[in-house]
Amino acid sequence: MKIMGFTKKIILGVAVALGLAGAVQAAAVGAAWDKAPNKITDMAALQSGAKVFVNYCLNCHSAAFMRYTRLTDIGLTTEQIKDNLLVTNNKIGDTMKAAIDPQQAKAWFGVNPPDLTVIARSRAGAGGTGTDYLYSYMRGFYKDDTKPTGWNNHVFPNVAMPHVLWEMQASMTPGQYDQTIGDLVNYLQWMAEPAQTTRKTIGMWVLIFLAGLTFLTWQLNKAYWKDIK
Amino acid sequence: MATFHEISPNASAGAKTLNWIDNRFPLSKLFKEHMSEYYAPKNFNLWYIFGSLSLLVLVIQIVTGIFLVMHYKPDAALAFGSVEYIMRDVPWGWLIRYMHSTGASAFFVVVYLHMFRGLMYGSYRKPRELIWLFGCGIFLALMAEAFMGYLLPWGQMSYWGAQVIVNLFSAIPLIGPDLALLIRGDFVVGDATLNRFFSFHVIAVPLVLLGLVVAHIIALHEVGSNNPDGIEIKATKDANGIPLDGIPFHPYYSVHDVFAVSMFLFVFSAIVFFAPEMGGYFLEYNNFIPADPFQTPLHIAPVWYFTPYYTLLRAVTTEMMYVLIACVLVGAVLAVAKIKMPSLFKGAIVGGALVVAAMMMAIDAKFWGVVAMGGGVVILFFLPWLDNSPVKSIRYRPSWHKVLYGAFVINFFVIGYLGTQPVSVIAGRISQFGTLFYFGFFILMPWWSRLGTFKQVPSRVNYTAH
Repeated sequence: MKIMGFTKKIILGVAVALGLAGAVQAAAVGAAWDKAPNKITDMAALQSGAKVFVNYCLNCHSAAFMRYTRLTDIGLTTEQIKDNLLVTNNKIGDTMKAAIDPQQAKAWFGVNPPDLTVIARSRAGAGGTGTDYLYSYMRGFYKDDTKPTGWNNHVFPNVAMPHVLWEMQASMTPGQYDQTIGDLVNYLQWMAEPAQTTRKTIGMWVLIFLAGLTFLTWQLNKAYWKDIK
Repeated sequence: MATFHEISPNASAGAKTLNWIDNRFPLSKLFKEHMSEYYAPKNFNLWYIFGSLSLLVLVIQIVTGIFLVMHYKPDAALAFGSVEYIMRDVPWGWLIRYMHSTGASAFFVVVYLHMFRGLMYGSYRKPRELIWLFGCGIFLALMAEAFMGYLLPWGQMSYWGAQVIVNLFSAIPLIGPDLALLIRGDFVVGDATLNRFFSFHVIAVPLVLLGLVVAHIIALHEVGSNNPDGIEIKATKDANGIPLDGIPFHPYYSVHDVFAVSMFLFVFSAIVFFAPEMGGYFLEYNNFIPADPFQTPLHIAPVWYFTPYYTLLRAVTTEMMYVLIACVLVGAVLAVAKIKMPSLFKGAIVGGALVVAAMMMAIDAKFWGVVAMGGGVVILFFLPWLDNSPVKSIRYRPSWHKVLYGAFVINFFVIGYLGTQPVSVIAGRISQFGTLFYFGFFILMPWWSRLGTFKQVPSRVNYTAH
């Protein structure tokens, strides 16, 4: 059809115009982000990430929409969660609360430590995914005596958070530390959307079904339209 | 009143039931008028599926919306958490939510394509002006629906987007500040705003939308569909009064639509299941941070479907006002010099232009930005009376018209893209040029649409069997 040629020209024109417009983009603040390893279906990595998260992050940060029971999705049993991961007097059906009192936190750091449930989703941007950001951020701390906490960060300059994992980092090789942080950020990514793996699995079946349906409706359409001359 | 039909006692149970209903409600009559004996042109192309698909998306939005409301809490303290509750604790809640959030964007995709189809083939021309007006009303209601719905997740972009847009109303002289207060129900966007937006989003606007959709379809079925050749098929009928180029909507276009629906659902599902955030365009990353009235984000961008109009708003700066004032004055001078009319009218035009120019100098550019944004949508309503071309379809227009339509589309994408970006000098200049082009396309249409050599429109549609 002749009009399709016109449509194609428009699509091409739009692609070129957007390419040109894209070239005038502004640069981001802070250091560039490293690519985080993808271990979103690696249960052992997610479990080790969960352990680091509960033992370190939950002291100051909450995960107010994440229930402990949901950790069964990454292969932990209810007993394992109760025995190893439940801190303070939380119950298994509870959401993850911070150990620290929010008012105290505000007094110490000047800001309330943000909730971490969906932090991995919120930090995505032009520089990469949310996990890339967190992976770079957690590996971006350096000593800076001009700061009240003694720490500063390449990715988030003048951040209020101190380097909580510094002892861990000091006791590990750089490779081991990177691996630990990789596990942690993958856990954060999983926690931001626990249904994400299920979503993709179901999605495959839905698309297979719809491909079949499209074939059938295409044939049906052809069968009817052969009458039209 | 129709006569009461008796049916043979030997008829099947189905026929008896149908007869019983038809004597009380025009079921068969409606089905014939709108489906099996509604004759649509046989030469529809791909562009003609987006009307049916808009209806499909409307149904998706209503059904998923009903289920979302069962779990959502319109309360500033609970809203963000209740959305996460839907995403995590409600069985299949994530699917319902992603269908609704993807559906919002899909709605605009199909509606924009549907509108562009109308633009290309002159579907708004006589006698289809009212179809177009109802359609523009639907577009406006859809924008209101999307804007208010976007506040409900109560993330940072929800909050600050609403704050920015509602603040615009305060730029209106005299009534502005009170109007903004009335919309918000508070001095800043807050719990009161969330509650009233929720009410509008789930009750008021959907009712208006449904009413307009019904009016849109009734008007369409009254005059019959246009087609890619812009030919009135009712002008050439057979002995039974059926258009020669028409085919019954059912089964031919219903089977077409079923095929189109399965293809659409394939693409829709691919997004819902594999890229529900669509790279930050369908679900903005910042919106996963709960609303914080004390922390303004560095860069507040509306969702993609509003960005072309957001660019029109941002393009109107104090500098731009001089250009616009010059446009008004040049326009008035040209009108007086070129058009034959009584001198009283000429005086009125010059006087009116001077008053408008004075107001443009006196009132803040921010207000005129709001006028530009609103005007960008409102101008669409006038399209049936702006287009003076002797043919309806782009197929029979001069080729430079096609170039102009192509440029309009490219310009629309460029201003749409710029609306997602932070302001910069170059982007600002391109936006201003794009704004002038957008309005120039429509305002000058009464003149340019007449110019050039038009091709002869055939009496029968172009169709090759497939």
